[in-house]
Amino acid sequence: MNRVLRCSFVAGVMVSVFSFQSCAQTKNATQKSTSDAAKVSPTEVSMAAGKLVYNQNCLVCHQADGGGVPHLNPPLSQTDYVLGEKARLIGVVLNGLDAHEPINDEVYSNVMPAHNFLTDQQIADVLTFVRNSFENKASAVSVAEVKAERAKKK
Amino acid sequence: MFKKRTSLYATLLISALASVPTNQAVAQMAKDKIADNAVAEPVIKVPANFKTTIVADGLGKARHLTVTDRGDVYVRLAKPVGGGGTVFLRDTDGDGKMDEQKSFGDFGGTGIALGDGYLYTTSSTEIFRYKLNGNQEVIDPNKPERIVTGLTDKGTHASKSVVLDKSGNIYVGIGAPSNACQVKDRTKGSPGMMPCAMLDSVGGIWQFKTNQPDQILKDGVHYATGIRNMVGMDWNGQTNSLFIMQHGRDQLNTLFPDMYTDQQSAVLPAEAMYELKKGANAGWPYTYYDQIQKKKIVAPEYGGDGKKEGSSEYIDPAAAYPGHLAPNGLLFYTGSQFPEKYRNGAFIAFHGSWNRAPEPQAGYFVVFQPFKNGKPSGDWEVFADNFAGMETVMSPGSAMHRPCGLAQGPDGSLYVADDVKGTLYKISYSK
Repeated sequence: MNRVLRCSFVAGVMVSVFSFQSCAQTKNATQKSTSDAAKVSPTEVSMAAGKLVYNQNCLVCHQADGGGVPHLNPPLSQTDYVLGEKARLIGVVLNGLDAHEPINDEVYSNVMPAHNFLTDQQIADVLTFVRNSFENKASAVSVAEVKAERAKKK
Repeated sequence: MFKKRTSLYATLLISALASVPTNQAVAQMAKDKIADNAVAEPVIKVPANFKTTIVADGLGKARHLTVTDRGDVYVRLAKPVGGGGTVFLRDTDGDGKMDEQKSFGDFGGTGIALGDGYLYTTSSTEIFRYKLNGNQEVIDPNKPERIVTGLTDKGTHASKSVVLDKSGNIYVGIGAPSNACQVKDRTKGSPGMMPCAMLDSVGGIWQFKTNQPDQILKDGVHYATGIRNMVGMDWNGQTNSLFIMQHGRDQLNTLFPDMYTDQQSAVLPAEAMYELKKGANAGWPYTYYDQIQKKKIVAPEYGGDGKKEGSSEYIDPAAAYPGHLAPNGLLFYTGSQFPEKYRNGAFIAFHGSWNRAPEPQAGYFVVFQPFKNGKPSGDWEVFADNFAGMETVMSPGSAMHRPCGLAQGPDGSLYVADDVKGTLYKISYSK
């Protein structure tokens, strides 16, 4: 039962990031050592936690596939905002965005509210998830980086 | 740390099982991706004896359109293509395809109207008119007359739709650059402004004269208020009155998770059709219309709890449709080509939702609303479907086409403009 739950957890949480093969691999790992969370790398944990933060706070506007909404909410796939300078990206989450500047030649009209109610850990996780989902591949965001940006604001 | 992470893992496990998207939804998205990559044009589903043809394609972000007495088409583009924001199309050889294409006006926009020897077009801040010759061709595409200027454009809900009446007036819908008039837009916990001061210049309909240059907001008549955003609008010749489709507010669940479930938030509030008489107030942002309870409900930013009934000072909709479908086109059908039941009824182009996620999206179709004696009568029905090219749209960006503008041709055919690929459809009836 536990193993079944775990696999559906991995499938549900990580499917857009990892293939079903890695589900099988995780399942094997689980078989070797049940309930051994220590074997999951920090990045994997951050990705999984980040996906949950994403589902609860970002998905409604940016959509499950990170595609955004044409003309309204920007996509998160292959954009300079997501893949570029981490400080700016962290700033968007903390302060929101009401710039209406073109992103990949399109203008998006909805306001993004500030998400400064998220913890440093949640922001690090969700940005690590976003930077490594939706065909993105970029370095993880650390709690220290988020903390530094939050401190700047004060 | 280890313990902490283990308990985090347990929390994740529980939330993951309750969270979305489901595996089924993810599988659907994968299917959508495949459909999106396929080159085959979706077959538009229409009732028996109706036929859909593509008369033009690749126009750009085609918004509203109008058809002349001889069957030429003017289409507005959200963004100019090759320096032209309005496209003129003509079928010169009568084969049913628009083979002549010219564009003019270096500004994008949505609104367009034809009447009294002029073509009217809008940007997000201005209204222009072009004098037409006897064939309803623009005489000088480089010299439009500016009749209205200085309208609000704050990015959100900025497109300006227009409608003409029979008495020399033009009506422009000015959307509010806001979801629910909160102090901080779309921010959880931010209160609704009381009163919602922006309503003096947005969130309503203004009436201007068609023949006066450079009118500004205060020159116009503040015709109706309390409307969040309106894109689909038309003049009903039977009732001699203005009808509009409101884009209802978003994010009931995001902003008030304790009051609304994902499922409720996906279908609420209604996308409402209003008949607007001078002085009407439709109640935004203080109330919204709940099509399930069939009542006006006080908005949660203004003390509502999802049940508390809204004030009777606000008008009731003429008809109500499920939430977030984004009604971008409204057309009263006055032709004689379609069967009797369609005459004087309304076609509505629903551009398709985004604010239903994590639930599947909906809309992306053209609806028919029967009318009797100038009032909606009987249930609405989906008239033309499958513009998106997939059974279920999970993410709006995957839709192949999205219906936006509607117009009636001189032969009674219905034209539908798509703002994804700029496809122009003609729907005709023959027994």
